[in-house]
Amino acid sequence: MFTIVKREEMAQGTVILNEIEAPLIARKAQPGQFVILKANEEGERIPLTMAETDAAKGTITIIYMVVGKSTAVFRDLQVGDAYQDVIGPLGKPTHVEKVGKVLCVGGGTGVAVLHPITRAFKEAGNDVTCIIGARSKDLLILEDKMKAASNDLRVCTDDGSYGHHGFVTDVVKAVLDKEKVDQAVAIGPVPMMKAVCAITKQYDVPTLVSLNPIMIDGTGMCGGCRVTVGDKTKFACVDGPEFDGHQVNFDELQTRLRAYMEEEKACYDSHCRLVGA
Amino acid sequence: MAKNKEKAGRVAMPEQPPEVRKRNFDEVPLGYTVAMAQEEAARCIQCKKPGCVTGCPVQVDIPGFIRMVTEGDFTGAIRYIWSQNALPAVCGRVCPQEIQCEGECVLGKKGEPIAIGNLERFCADYEREHGTGALPPQAQSTGKRIAVVGSGPSGLTVAGDLIRKGHDVTVMEAFHKPGGVLAYGIPEFRLPKAIVAQEVNFLERQGVKLECNMVVGRTVTLDELFEQGYDAIYLSVGAGLPRFMNIPGENLIGILSANEYLTRANLMKAYKFPDVDTPIPKGKNVIVLGAGNVAMDSARTAMRLGAETVRIVYRRSREEMPARAAEIHHAEEEGIELFLLSNPVRYLGDDKGRLTGMECLKMELGEPDDSGRRRPVPVKGSEFTLDADLVVVAVGSGANPLLTQSTPDLGLNQWGYILADPQTGKTTKKGVWAGGDIVTGAATVILAMGAGRSAADDIHKYLEWGW
Ligand SMILES: Cc1cc2nc3c(=O)[nH]c(=O)nc-3n(C[C@H](O)[C@H](O)[C@H](O)COP(=O)(O)OP(=O)(O)OC[C@H]3O[C@@H](n4cnc5c(N)ncnc54)[C@H](O)[C@@H]3O)c2cc1C
Ligand SMILES: Cc1cc2nc3c(=O)[nH]c(=O)nc-3n(C[C@H](O)[C@H](O)[C@H](O)COP(=O)(O)OP(=O)(O)OC[C@H]3O[C@@H](n4cnc5c(N)ncnc54)[C@H](O)[C@@H]3O)c2cc1C
Ligand code: SF4
Ligand code: SF4
Ligand code: FES
Repeated sequence: MFTIVKREEMAQGTVILNEIEAPLIARKAQPGQFVILKANEEGERIPLTMAETDAAKGTITIIYMVVGKSTAVFRDLQVGDAYQDVIGPLGKPTHVEKVGKVLCVGGGTGVAVLHPITRAFKEAGNDVTCIIGARSKDLLILEDKMKAASNDLRVCTDDGSYGHHGFVTDVVKAVLDKEKVDQAVAIGPVPMMKAVCAITKQYDVPTLVSLNPIMIDGTGMCGGCRVTVGDKTKFACVDGPEFDGHQVNFDELQTRLRAYMEEEKACYDSHCRLVGA
Repeated sequence: MAKNKEKAGRVAMPEQPPEVRKRNFDEVPLGYTVAMAQEEAARCIQCKKPGCVTGCPVQVDIPGFIRMVTEGDFTGAIRYIWSQNALPAVCGRVCPQEIQCEGECVLGKKGEPIAIGNLERFCADYEREHGTGALPPQAQSTGKRIAVVGSGPSGLTVAGDLIRKGHDVTVMEAFHKPGGVLAYGIPEFRLPKAIVAQEVNFLERQGVKLECNMVVGRTVTLDELFEQGYDAIYLSVGAGLPRFMNIPGENLIGILSANEYLTRANLMKAYKFPDVDTPIPKGKNVIVLGAGNVAMDSARTAMRLGAETVRIVYRRSREEMPARAAEIHHAEEEGIELFLLSNPVRYLGDDKGRLTGMECLKMELGEPDDSGRRRPVPVKGSEFTLDADLVVVAVGSGANPLLTQSTPDLGLNQWGYILADPQTGKTTKKGVWAGGDIVTGAATVILAMGAGRSAADDIHKYLEWGW
């Protein structure tokens, strides 16, 4: 059993942190890798990135946004409850090396995915600037951790309630205008990653993105997670989830994420009726 | 190959009528009664040199067990079958009998061969329902530990054989449920999952340990398993890499590999959505590409999920369709149409990125190719389009590199399958055996089990005598 040993709510309860006992996975996990979780017998297999791992304690930490039925079921799990299944570590680890100046850009829950990667780049001896954004101050997550993991942290909110008023892309542009960046990493909603890549391309900065297509097995056996990168079809679960952002077909990814929109809505609505939310 | 006339003499197994079963997921053939089984068994003339046995890849002593059925000794019959075949309830249902045991039955020359598969199934079902559940005898514990990677028919066979020889066996499975293709691929209406679960439970009762959610190569590597004290490893990870057609439009919404479609339906039970959380696209007009068992299973699943039309598009002719004859027959009875000698050229979609149809080309048969089958060649200007909101691609599968990439000292052939001695299953890595689809490429349940049995014998020899 994969018991929850710690649970926190963030961003006004829309984002949840779970620390889970999973010693085998904790021992092997590297930044950039993910797990697949299933809450119970009827549950769906949901991919989530490991935001943190503690090999000594034998735990992994996930941070997820509640967006539909399955993540709503996850939200209901308390400390002491367990996930029925946790599978991993899956996906390729981030390729981290000393390149010089690194710019890490995160939006929404993407910040949770970005955190271990940012830390790894800093630990590898890079000078790391971080830009994180959220719709408003209440929805911002992991500000302190990101500050610790980088040399320079900038914050943006869409509504101006905190930090720079505007999108992360404004700040990305400002940074690139001033300094030479050797490597960028952008993780967040698809439109954000697309916009950041459009800018870094102009400045010729190689940019890593982490893709989140719909997945089933996470081991390369279903092909449901296929994405187009440089006109080639890739399976995000085994070939990624990180890819060269300048080669990714973001429009296709965005379209494919809507494959089950009607079913998901029906499922979520009936769940909400049942739990009376 | 596709004819399936029940000629006079053979006792037909009762089935759900096509109009009813095409909309439910219950098993199609309902099984023999005791009287039916004995009537069918009595037709066997107990050949001195039985062709049927040579036709069975694991040489089940068919006249031997059939005699016990005629005598009413069903418990004896099942125990006798077990000595050659660990999963008769499965094989009786899914073996391509018409080209194996039944294909060589002498009665088939003039009339209908003995329904060997049906009888095997009967014995296994009888034991499940009326048997004592007594465990087979087990040798004294040897203290040797074996890891079996992959819980399909090949791995389950090895686990059963080695536990009975007194070894300590742990089966590791990447999915959250054991069974391999028997669990995630072959649908409920052809192989009830309760049967698979019971076979696995039978192994667990004998002491086999089962560890699900173990992606070997990721969660743990083979060398780490040796470090943990395992003495031997058997690899039976199947041929689970989906092939696509590589034609334009393949990433439109509504195009799924058969692996994805069937995994959603079978393993995740998505046909019960929204009572379970995993959705599955319910096509109105469905096209399935390919003509093997996987294609038939996908087509019949689509029909059961409420499709208005289900079409199988295949570039060769009926003669070359690789599916079991019984499944093609069942599919046609259920209203599934065959578009033979047709090859997909590209997918058509709308501005929302959703599939709307497929363009195909008519083919004709030309000169024989390497496989000896006549090569289909396109007919110029014969393009036609079919409407479709769901296409399931079932054109074969390959070797998944996930495990083998993490084990560089494991020898592979040019297609990525593991090199293993055909007699023993030994690989190029010391202490590691392999068998089933990951060695042969996608084949059959009984061949995967046969490979497991020979490897288990060889592993046992190794544990007693050394490499
Ligand atoms: C490798 C990987 C790592 C991920 N890591 C994280 C993470 O660390 N934190 C986090 O909050 N989320 C992460 N995600 C996204 C997360 O898996 C989805 O949010 C989740 O599957 C939604 O499930 P649901 O049933 O709650 O919602 P659903 O009802 O399935 O969907 C609700 C909405 O989310 C969209 N959606 C469905 N599936 C996905 C998906 N796989 N990715 C993105 N959107 C989806 C749908 O289009 C729909 O609009 C990751 C996804 C992948 C593939
Ligand atoms: C839809 C479908 C219908 C079929 N119908 C028939 C039929 O009617 N008759 C017939 O004889 N044959 C049929 N077959 C073929 C038959 O099922 C296969 O030949 C047989 O299952 C192969 O057995 P196996 O044990 O080698 O592998 P599999 O059954 O494929 O099992 C392999 C297992 O290993 C697991 N695995 C993979 N990688 C790892 C890893 N790294 N770590 C841990 N576990 C791993 C997989 O999840 C899987 O559970 C069908 C196949 C399919 C897909
Ligand atoms: S195992 Fe298969 S081929 Fe052999 S006798 Fe049984 S049904 Fe026939
Ligand atoms: S060949 Fe046919 S008739 Fe002869 S023993 Fe086998 S099953 Fe019986
Ligand atoms: S999730 Fe199935 S292949 Fe990637």
